[in-house]
Amino acid sequence: MAHTALTQPAPAAIPTRSAWQRVRASRGWAGFWFMLPTALILGLFLAYPLLKGIWLSFTNARIGREGVFVGLENYEWLWDDDVFWLSVFNTCLYTAVASVVKFGVGLYLALLLNKNMPFKSIIRSIVLIPFVVPTVLSAIAFWWIFDSQFSIISWSLRHLGVINGNIDFLGEPAMARACVIFANIWRGVPFIAITLLAGLQTVSPSLYEAATLDGASNWQIFSRITLPLLTPIIAVVMTFSVLFTFTDFQLIWAMTRGGPVNATHLMATLSYQRGILSGTLGEGAAIATAMVPFLLAAIGISWFGLQRRAWQSGGNDR
Amino acid sequence: MSVLDRRSLLAGAAATGLAAGSDLLGFAKAWAQSAEWKPEPGASLSLLRWKRFVPAEDEAFMRLVDAFTKATGVKVTVTNESFDDIQPKASVAANTGQGPDMVWGLFSFPALFPDKCLPLEDVADSLGKKYGPWFPSAEAYGKVKGKWIAIPVAFNGGYPNYRISAMKKAGFDKFPTDTAGFLELCRGLKKNNTPAGFALGHATGDGNTWCHWALWSHGGNLVDANEKIVINSPETAKALEYVKSLYETFVPGTVSWNDSSNNKAFLAGDLYLTNNGISIYAAAKKDNPKLAEDMDHAVWPIGPVGKPTEFQLAFPILAFKYSKAPNACKAFIAFMMEAANYNPWLEAAQGYLCEPLSNYPKNPIWTSDPKNAVFAEAGRRSLAAGGLAPVSERIAAVLADFVIVDMFASHCTGREDVKGAIKNAERAATRIFRNT
Repeated sequence: MAHTALTQPAPAAIPTRSAWQRVRASRGWAGFWFMLPTALILGLFLAYPLLKGIWLSFTNARIGREGVFVGLENYEWLWDDDVFWLSVFNTCLYTAVASVVKFGVGLYLALLLNKNMPFKSIIRSIVLIPFVVPTVLSAIAFWWIFDSQFSIISWSLRHLGVINGNIDFLGEPAMARACVIFANIWRGVPFIAITLLAGLQTVSPSLYEAATLDGASNWQIFSRITLPLLTPIIAVVMTFSVLFTFTDFQLIWAMTRGGPVNATHLMATLSYQRGILSGTLGEGAAIATAMVPFLLAAIGISWFGLQRRAWQSGGNDR
Repeated sequence: MSVLDRRSLLAGAAATGLAAGSDLLGFAKAWAQSAEWKPEPGASLSLLRWKRFVPAEDEAFMRLVDAFTKATGVKVTVTNESFDDIQPKASVAANTGQGPDMVWGLFSFPALFPDKCLPLEDVADSLGKKYGPWFPSAEAYGKVKGKWIAIPVAFNGGYPNYRISAMKKAGFDKFPTDTAGFLELCRGLKKNNTPAGFALGHATGDGNTWCHWALWSHGGNLVDANEKIVINSPETAKALEYVKSLYETFVPGTVSWNDSSNNKAFLAGDLYLTNNGISIYAAAKKDNPKLAEDMDHAVWPIGPVGKPTEFQLAFPILAFKYSKAPNACKAFIAFMMEAANYNPWLEAAQGYLCEPLSNYPKNPIWTSDPKNAVFAEAGRRSLAAGGLAPVSERIAAVLADFVIVDMFASHCTGREDVKGAIKNAERAATRIFRNT
């Protein structure tokens, strides 16, 4: 046997491939190459600024001057800062109230627009207007609407004999908060309405037909068919909505600059005021970084609270 | 003091020419030949400046820029931003080392990043010798730690603007000169339903200026000359009580006012006394001559401290160290401050701006209309942003954070009592002045 083996011709040598050829042929490496540009862009424009911001929050950096590491000092000062905690309260209130109302109104509008009605396309376009108008423009319009001297609302009510003097919309803390929340709702509703409308249109009409034949009521149809099938979209849209609302800046800055007496300062506006206008970059970064846990919690609630796939597919909730 | 040298004669000659035939270009060419600072070959400059409030001022300024370009070959690109946007943009430029060569902004913004500013000792000295001395407040805004880092180009006088008829109806023939009389006037105006109103919102100019006047006029200060926090004092408490009494006479809504709110309300006939530059009067003269005829201006009343405690807007210009054309920057700044350029431009500003040096030739704008005269005093009478303390990045932060405005506003609105309002301001100051 050994002899035979020795006399047999040697098998053809397996062609050796260079490392470069193996890399080129590998599907795993191909995936890596395709992902690399995206990873670089995300790293450069997302991860780096985030990490840099977190680092800055541990320094005493000022505008135009590198800071030195000061540990938790900026956070310790914030912990004992009434204005910071007021901004946290304002941000949570602003986000919670605006998001809930935007969802309610948005869902209602979506259901309404999903029905067959005359001029459906035109009405859908009109609904989008608040979302299309640049935020600063709409904020300035609201600033005028809520102006302490020239408010159209005050003017109308005075001429109708309902009130004697002007309403101090943006000068009284509770009223100012209500006004900025209203402006945010006005601006945010179309995004939710149109997105939910898109979701509604993916629901098969046959499900509604079957339910109707089974004698289901409108509420049953809504709660057993529409809502469960819409839940994944609601999860996505509310996550975005909460994120946008929590980090809102333009509306507040154009309407109140955080006033009166900081009553409408959000964490984002306070961070800008302290970090850029006052020049204390480290402290501004600390306020911005302090938003991260709140944002993660908000995302978590809206994502995991609504993303109940088992339930949607007929299983039990976990 | 003015020094009679070749350049002065040249400038004087050119100024005469300007008056006769507006030969700005002729002056510019003559100036460029003898200028101390020779722009770098092929230099071009970019300038970020505050947005015009008086259109004629902007036009005159652009003529000046044009003449500089034609005389020196240095192209100057000018961009405008509103008051509030200058500082953040300048801050970003300072931090990144990229952006405009020069920034012309408000108050003490150069003090936010003094290390990034091109030293302007030579320009300041030259202008000081020629037209000086600098007013003390101008020097305070131009210098940080004894070094010139910016040139205070002009002041904007923010003074009480009032309706003459309303003042007379309230029982005053002349505008009161002390704080007690001022309060009485406001009470009288309120009684006659012709109210006063001063911004207590985050109004960078109007809010900061009158609130600092109120504090200083009662002897209160945020910090002393050594930056020790001294806001917690009986004088501050008196100032708070005084401002609360004033606030009770105000038209509703002042807590939400920004810098433009009082202009609109005054021109609309809803407001009869406020603090502002000359822009309300300029607008009234153009669009509502009857209102202009019935309005006048006064210096700020003097409080218990017994001396003027005004806080006026200052407009310093800086050049960044990163500029590739530092000489061109210096040449431009010196050129714009030459009397032959400065005076016609100041005249075009219609009293909105006034000089920072004590010996500029008298500008006709201050005498052409007696109602303008008070605004000529802004540079001379104003204190600098720090009050007792030198202008610094921390003082700039106090203004940007509205520490004093919020102290008064929180007490006036009833959110805090006197002690609480002072405590909050003290804490904000401690945060800003902490040793890190």
